[in-house]
Amino acid sequence: MTKSISRPRWTGYRIKIEPRLDQPPGWYPAAVSVGAIAFALILGGILIAIAGGDPFLSYAHIARASFGEIGVFSDTIVKATPIILAALACSVAFRMKLWNIGAEGQFIMGAFGASAIVLTPILPPETTPWLFIPVMAMAGMAAGAVWGFIPGYLKAKYNVNEIISTLMLNYIAIAWVNYWIFGVWTEGGFQMSAKFPETTWLPRLSDYASTIPILRGLTTHLGLLLGIVAAVALWFVVFRSRWGYEIRLIGDNPRAAQYAGINIARNTVLVMALSGALAGLGGMSEVTGVIHRLQTAPLAAGYGFTGIIVAWLAKLNPLVIILVSILFGALILAGREIQPSGVPKMIQGIILVSLIASDFLLRYRVRFVRDSADTDAEE
Amino acid sequence: MDFIIILQAGVASGTVLLFATLGEIFSERSGVLNLGVEGMMLIGAMTGFSVTIATGNPWIGVLVAMLFAGLISQIHAFIVITLQADQVVSGLALTFLGAGISVVLGEGLSKAGTVSLMPNFSIPLLSQIPALGPIFFKDQSVLVYVGYLMIPLAWYYINRTRGGLHLRAVGEYPAAADALGINVFRMRYLYVFVGGMLAGLGGAAISLAVSPGWFSELTTGGQGWIAVGLVIFAQWDPVRAAVGSYAFGALRRLILDIQGPTILFGLANPFYYNPYWGFFLQMIPYAFTIIVLVVGSREAMRKRLGAPAALGTPYIRGERGL
Repeated sequence: MTKSISRPRWTGYRIKIEPRLDQPPGWYPAAVSVGAIAFALILGGILIAIAGGDPFLSYAHIARASFGEIGVFSDTIVKATPIILAALACSVAFRMKLWNIGAEGQFIMGAFGASAIVLTPILPPETTPWLFIPVMAMAGMAAGAVWGFIPGYLKAKYNVNEIISTLMLNYIAIAWVNYWIFGVWTEGGFQMSAKFPETTWLPRLSDYASTIPILRGLTTHLGLLLGIVAAVALWFVVFRSRWGYEIRLIGDNPRAAQYAGINIARNTVLVMALSGALAGLGGMSEVTGVIHRLQTAPLAAGYGFTGIIVAWLAKLNPLVIILVSILFGALILAGREIQPSGVPKMIQGIILVSLIASDFLLRYRVRFVRDSADTDAEE
Repeated sequence: MDFIIILQAGVASGTVLLFATLGEIFSERSGVLNLGVEGMMLIGAMTGFSVTIATGNPWIGVLVAMLFAGLISQIHAFIVITLQADQVVSGLALTFLGAGISVVLGEGLSKAGTVSLMPNFSIPLLSQIPALGPIFFKDQSVLVYVGYLMIPLAWYYINRTRGGLHLRAVGEYPAAADALGINVFRMRYLYVFVGGMLAGLGGAAISLAVSPGWFSELTTGGQGWIAVGLVIFAQWDPVRAAVGSYAFGALRRLILDIQGPTILFGLANPFYYNPYWGFFLQMIPYAFTIIVLVVGSREAMRKRLGAPAALGTPYIRGERGL
């Protein structure tokens, strides 16, 4: 166990890697994550340069176009809102080592469920927002939960790999919503439904500009509050409740959980449904807070996939997810105008890769030692 | 609707899945789960297409595509074999990375127009066989024939050669393989590379043969993920993988073609008169993948067949293995 892995000679020094036996200091994991992101941004810059772009201009643009003034920061928050809920969805499933990568599809189904209340119509357009918004939130969460329940049930009952089933359900969700948009709820043959009545819109900060002038033009909507409430609630469930303890135990050591009499199959189904419901709430928030109509392209914009990265970067902590989501909201918001257009996606990929690789530094100590005889004495 | 033509096109489209599935079988047999197939296929499709535009020679395009996808796979290999990180998360990251890199480097390729593709030809005599001849041996791309050759070769290599024995040993019981003097780390790097090359070949088969062109992320449309699912259905066996791949290829073609005719089996074609029903047809391959997984998983449970025992776990020398 204590044997160290030594590498060949390297200019008089050797790289020595040995397992960490002591607990690293509290700041260390955060520093490693920041280092990994810095490394990823440098690597991304090199690739942008190869593809013919200017990395410094790109990054300066990202910073300016997302944090430069209060108005754009408000837009950054708007982009972060769906990511928060999608990342919360991923985090609770990942906590149990359930690889739900179907937040994208659950998000889209959530938007569909909320839209069905308006478009069917189940509630008439003149309904008060005080009734409309809760009913739509419930419908969105229910539709998302169904889309999470299916792979959870298949996993619990038939041991079907949830990575593939959740991913396949993403494609099915897009085709399903497309059918309704094109075939049933189309507005004059366009690829979208009619605009929702204003009674269904989530209130924005700018709605209160007549009383508080400083809020004029700010697009941040109630969805942010939904995201924060969900994050705090999830933190209490995961870290302070009996159910959360079961979830964490199954994730860390399924065998021990089984011996302790925890029902793994039942928790698999429940956690997947909860995960789907959170993503579905994100879809509801996006469709009623931003898009105001049912339309596939702005919904299937990859929030579910970004949620995976954000959840991982936040080490599955619901409260940290809020902060990380804002950073990724900035990346996506500013990235829309950057050429070449795939840059934000590529940077997300590089960040995730370097984060995973950096975990190694938490488990192992890397030392540069002078290549002399006495270092071998201890072995 | 001519079923011979649909099946003929289905075999070509199934060849893409065949390459990717065989590659993933090699990787998983050595104990490394690589969920980055979709990303590596995108890299292969983009590289193959752009190198062919640059050189005018699709053969060079295919070779460079395999090489680049193989190199990308080594990132995953390094993270999970040397750094011993979680294989699921690393594979996901590879998918994002491959998709991102290929979208960035493939910028503008979709407007590149036509390029020279991999050649098509018929096999004399064999193409004369009734029904089977035209489906399998008439006017197919050279890559389709490469696929036919690869099925028995892969099966023979895994089950009947010394190299295949080592491959299986490394995936089933790495500690024992290590004790026998097999270099577990080197073997795993090698087979992840093989898996990457074959996924790249699958991607290049799309952009240079089956449905030519570069359509950003839509080029693969989730076929890499279907391949990962097919490996489970195939129970890590190349012959079953071939059956699954060609069946899926035929299904994909059938769905494309079923909306065309006004009359279907002597009845008015509902998909022609209600074009929006086509979205339900689009769901079929993905729904079918889930059904195939349910069937495959139940069969595996019943027969007590399973994945390679060490699949998904890093090998750490000196620690008690499985």
